Amino acid sequence: MSKLGDLGAKLYRGEVGYDFVGKRFVWYGVSILITITAIVALAVQGLNMGIEFKGGAVFTTPKSSISETHAREVAEKASGHDAVVQKLGTGALRIQISDLDTNAAADVKAKLATDFKMDAAQINADLVGPSWGEQIANKAWTGLGVFMVLVVIYLAIAFEWRMAIAALIALIHDLTITVGVYALVGFEVTPGTVIGLLTILGYSLYDTVVVFDGLKEGSKDITKQTRWTYSEVANRSINGTLVRSINTTVVALLPVGALLFIGGGFLGAGMLNDISLSLFVGLAAGAYSSIFIATPLVVDLKEREPAMKALKKRVLAKRASAEARGEAPEGAGTEDAPEVVAQGRSGRRR
Amino acid sequence: MAAPKKGRRPTGAQGRPGRALAIILIAMVALTAGMFLTKQTTPRLGIDLAGGTSITLKAKSEPGKPDAINETNMNTAIGIIERRVNGLGVSEAEVQKQGQDHIIVNIPKGTNEQQARDQVGTTAQLYFRPVLATADGAPVAPEANPSGSPSAAPSGSGSPSAGAPTPSSSATSQGRAVSEALKAPNAPSPSPSASESKKADDKATPSTSPSAPTAEQAAAADLQAKFAALDCSNEAQRTAVSKNVKPEDPTLACGKRGDAWGKWVLGPAQVAGTDVKDAKGIIDQQRGIWIVTMQFTDKGADKFAKITGELAAKQAPQNQFAIVLDGEVISDPSVSQALTGGNAEISGGFTQQSAMDLGNMLSYGALPLSFQEDSVTTVSAALGGEQLKAGLIAGAIGLALVVIYLLAYYRGLAFVAIISLIVSGILTYTIMALLGKGIGFALNLPAVCGAIVAIGITADSFIVYFERIRDEIREGRTLRPAVERAWPRARRTILVSDFVSFLAAAVLFIVTVGKVQGFAFTLGLTTLLDVVVVFLFTKPVMTLLARTNFFASGHPWSGLDPKRLGAKPPLRRSRRTGSDATAATVSVPVDAKEA
Repeated sequence: MSKLGDLGAKLYRGEVGYDFVGKRFVWYGVSILITITAIVALAVQGLNMGIEFKGGAVFTTPKSSISETHAREVAEKASGHDAVVQKLGTGALRIQISDLDTNAAADVKAKLATDFKMDAAQINADLVGPSWGEQIANKAWTGLGVFMVLVVIYLAIAFEWRMAIAALIALIHDLTITVGVYALVGFEVTPGTVIGLLTILGYSLYDTVVVFDGLKEGSKDITKQTRWTYSEVANRSINGTLVRSINTTVVALLPVGALLFIGGGFLGAGMLNDISLSLFVGLAAGAYSSIFIATPLVVDLKEREPAMKALKKRVLAKRASAEARGEAPEGAGTEDAPEVVAQGRSGRRR
Repeated sequence: MAAPKKGRRPTGAQGRPGRALAIILIAMVALTAGMFLTKQTTPRLGIDLAGGTSITLKAKSEPGKPDAINETNMNTAIGIIERRVNGLGVSEAEVQKQGQDHIIVNIPKGTNEQQARDQVGTTAQLYFRPVLATADGAPVAPEANPSGSPSAAPSGSGSPSAGAPTPSSSATSQGRAVSEALKAPNAPSPSPSASESKKADDKATPSTSPSAPTAEQAAAADLQAKFAALDCSNEAQRTAVSKNVKPEDPTLACGKRGDAWGKWVLGPAQVAGTDVKDAKGIIDQQRGIWIVTMQFTDKGADKFAKITGELAAKQAPQNQFAIVLDGEVISDPSVSQALTGGNAEISGGFTQQSAMDLGNMLSYGALPLSFQEDSVTTVSAALGGEQLKAGLIAGAIGLALVVIYLLAYYRGLAFVAIISLIVSGILTYTIMALLGKGIGFALNLPAVCGAIVAIGITADSFIVYFERIRDEIREGRTLRPAVERAWPRARRTILVSDFVSFLAAAVLFIVTVGKVQGFAFTLGLTTLLDVVVVFLFTKPVMTLLARTNFFASGHPWSGLDPKRLGAKPPLRRSRRTGSDATAATVSVPVDAKEA
């Protein structure tokens, strides 16, 4: 691990650095590709909505000694859909199966009767509506909308509007990817999924905010020097917060991964899987987008500013003249260094 | 943000780490004690994990309204019941349609079942009906009319009746069939003149009485006989009277007047609860009293303007209308003028509670259908123990992985993070346990997952801080100043990002219902606790540790070894050293802008 520590030190001192910003069009391309895939999957496959959204059929058996676990297995096998099994106070079983219409319900009823060794007439079948009506889903959407507006306002005040826009785009990017994975894989969308998705809201931005915070600090007084362009400063900021980003992401993903692979692995599909999958995808996408999408977007927006354009010109001109004089164009320990140090000091005096 | 002063020397916050630690220790002890004192040692589990009660309601088909049971009405009813049972929004009750005309309501274990049944079942229909006559419902002593305070009740009517609950000795003045009946003795104890109408006014009533001498007289006579016989203090009679009442017929009704019961003769329903768009109990700032404001739909506003116009011309008690919720009068305000424009307020005798209750009933009470309880049964957990167990095991493994990672990467520092996580865990657990009783908070599986994910979110704050400290050490600082200088910046980052998380939680909590709301609550709680723990625990502990030799000397196992971190040796205290080391970048935080 100390290797990562060394890396951290090197990154911090700018001895090594990855050109995130310079290669941003590659990342944009990757993201656009993923996003398009997600949207196409969503359009073609659609989402597999669970019983909470679509309703389904509910079967009530007479009093029996069949266990809930067994009943769920039988029901899921008979129907091919997720089932929710509850034991009622009377000893009867209530089995809810998603996405069944009247005909399908009759089939499943017959199969259940065979498996449970009961008379089909004893099993009561009824269609149920969603327990998570449109109303709740709509409210979740409203919440999402309101949150986005508020967070853009907040980030615009705390940072600046360009960062707010970039953060919003990154957030939408993360949500799209997550939803796309659900459409692609065909996992059932349950309230757990929605909740996982909503958690991403805060978390994706958490990561972005940490990176932006570094960028804001790094780009302070940027126009007072002629050594770096905005995009270079931004790239350094990303590199400077890289270890932090890696660590926070790893630490956030570990418990979620445990939920996904261990919780899900034990039990197969289920609520735990639903939540942890959406979280896992969303968190990973959030970490990726804060480095590869959000910050480069800020750079693109920022470098349209006249001040930044002028800065870039000055920087390039300076480098050109330095090169003409046969000096190394950049890097620590060159003639430029004292200037920056001086810069720093003057900053301190103010 | 008040940064810890200028200069290298540690000042400010560092001075009193003990105080912050004492605060959080006291909080933990108090919460834990509270948990054991109230015997709420475990969080209440949601219905998916603990099971609960399932109530099946069947929509009643009403004569004359064969089409009432349709999808729209059912969905409206589901929405209303949903809002009712979820009251504060964290109890995780589920409402769902079954078949054409059934609604299933699942309530988690530990909810007051009777209360929930009352909420979903009995409060079904809301109407505004004109008052024809009113009397005390309970048997009263003859003559000396103890109905001293019919309108002192919270459901009290508007100003007029609030003033003068005079036992009208001369009910005859009403002259009409209905009021004649008032003279007849009440069933159990004959009290002939028992406080018939409040404020009976001798003059105008006869002409304005609605029950004109027509063919309906027979029906009216029937009604008056029943009215006389009605004893509202008897629950059986009370239930019977409110049963199978059609909105378009005149009816009898009982209702609470303070602690006693009153009874009313009511005209046909004029405005339905569905005509109310919104209602709230609010405090009138100018008068300093609680009132209930109502806002009607366009159609409702017309109807309300009409009825109030008619009523205003009448004499007490017939200038009153009764708000009848499922056959029970919950308020009978009087009207002094026609109320047009779709807005109205009810005032008089409300307490905060009664005003809010009435507002709530008015806005949510208007079920378009009436329901009867079909069955009430317990249900087992839908997910069963294995999901919770798997979740907890996975959570434990996840936590262990986080601990291992932190230990490997941060070494000695990791203990600070781990203990902070434990503190955070204790606070979260105790608060959740206490809130189970307090506001009906129920922990469902999504919330359990949320809590597990919160491990990561909480650990993030430490990482932000630790990395800042390490950056400071790379600058060549020794630990004590590093800890203090890193704090303001780490603090800003933590606050900004936690604010974003909290914003998400708050918005979701406000605009959503049901499970999402419960989840948003968990998220908001853990985010707040994260801030509390970092400020009151992690930072003070770091300050204290910076004073120990083990950490301050940068022991290889402390996680703060300057050599490992790549600080430029030799370690000089001069700031210049730092600048050199990082000269290559403008983003260098050497010159902490806030310092």
